[in-house]
Amino acid sequence: MDPREYSYVAYAYITAWVIVIAYVVSLSFRDRKLRQELDRVRRMVEKS
Amino acid sequence: MRDYFLYGFAAIAAMLLTWNLHHIFIDLPPVIQNVGAYKIVYMHVSIILASFIGFFVSLAASSIYLATGNLKYDAFAAGVTEVAVVYATAGLALGSLWGRFAWGIWWTWDARLTSMLICWLMYLGYLMLRQAIPEPTERARLCAVLSIFGGVGVTFVYKSIEWYRTQHPAPVLSFRQGAGGMGPGLETPIYWNLLALLFLGTAMIMVRMRQEQVSREIDALRRIAHSHAA
Repeated sequence: MDPREYSYVAYAYITAWVIVIAYVVSLSFRDRKLRQELDRVRRMVEKS
Repeated sequence: MRDYFLYGFAAIAAMLLTWNLHHIFIDLPPVIQNVGAYKIVYMHVSIILASFIGFFVSLAASSIYLATGNLKYDAFAAGVTEVAVVYATAGLALGSLWGRFAWGIWWTWDARLTSMLICWLMYLGYLMLRQAIPEPTERARLCAVLSIFGGVGVTFVYKSIEWYRTQHPAPVLSFRQGAGGMGPGLETPIYWNLLALLFLGTAMIMVRMRQEQVSREIDALRRIAHSHAA
């Protein structure tokens, strides 16, 4: 395989996995945000 | 218990993908090893198939929601669609890179590529619609209808590589109509990649389902807080 082919294969795999990993990271951020919101709303209910 | 399944699915996916990458890059015969395009096809076909499976599962869950009115099916459809859109995005990017490598162009407006792009945009619309409608049952009903339309579109995209002879290559998997290209033994890494992506997708959907559950809990607590305030 020539170096040009290697670079295309590398770009392809890196692009695909960056997209999937970015989504996993966004899931984890969303998870943290939701838990903080849940705690805040629970405190709000307890106060009221 | 649910967390054990989640981590278990993610671990199985990681192991399968690692083993399969080793197989694709090291074990395949030299005839295949020397063709870089094959390595991209192994990932492109499996990730696009995984996204199609996701869209069809979303169609089924949306239909069940419309029949039963149970919001759990709507939450499941939302999670599956989101993961399938991520896979479709990666599949389109891989296809574009393959096109640049094999044809010298990033994109062409042929029937197969264009129909996939339209489907992808339709599902992006589905995800935006979910953000735009605050009322849960109205959101679920409209999104379920859109998901069913999207499912019809995905069927067209799936069959389009058999129906239209354009720039996009003919199907590579031997069970497809008009298939050509890969030998049966050389298809195996596509199926292993597909299995790994399905395990990974299941783990991500489980996380999304849990988030939907927390969102519903937050909505319920907000209603209680507002009723106390009133």
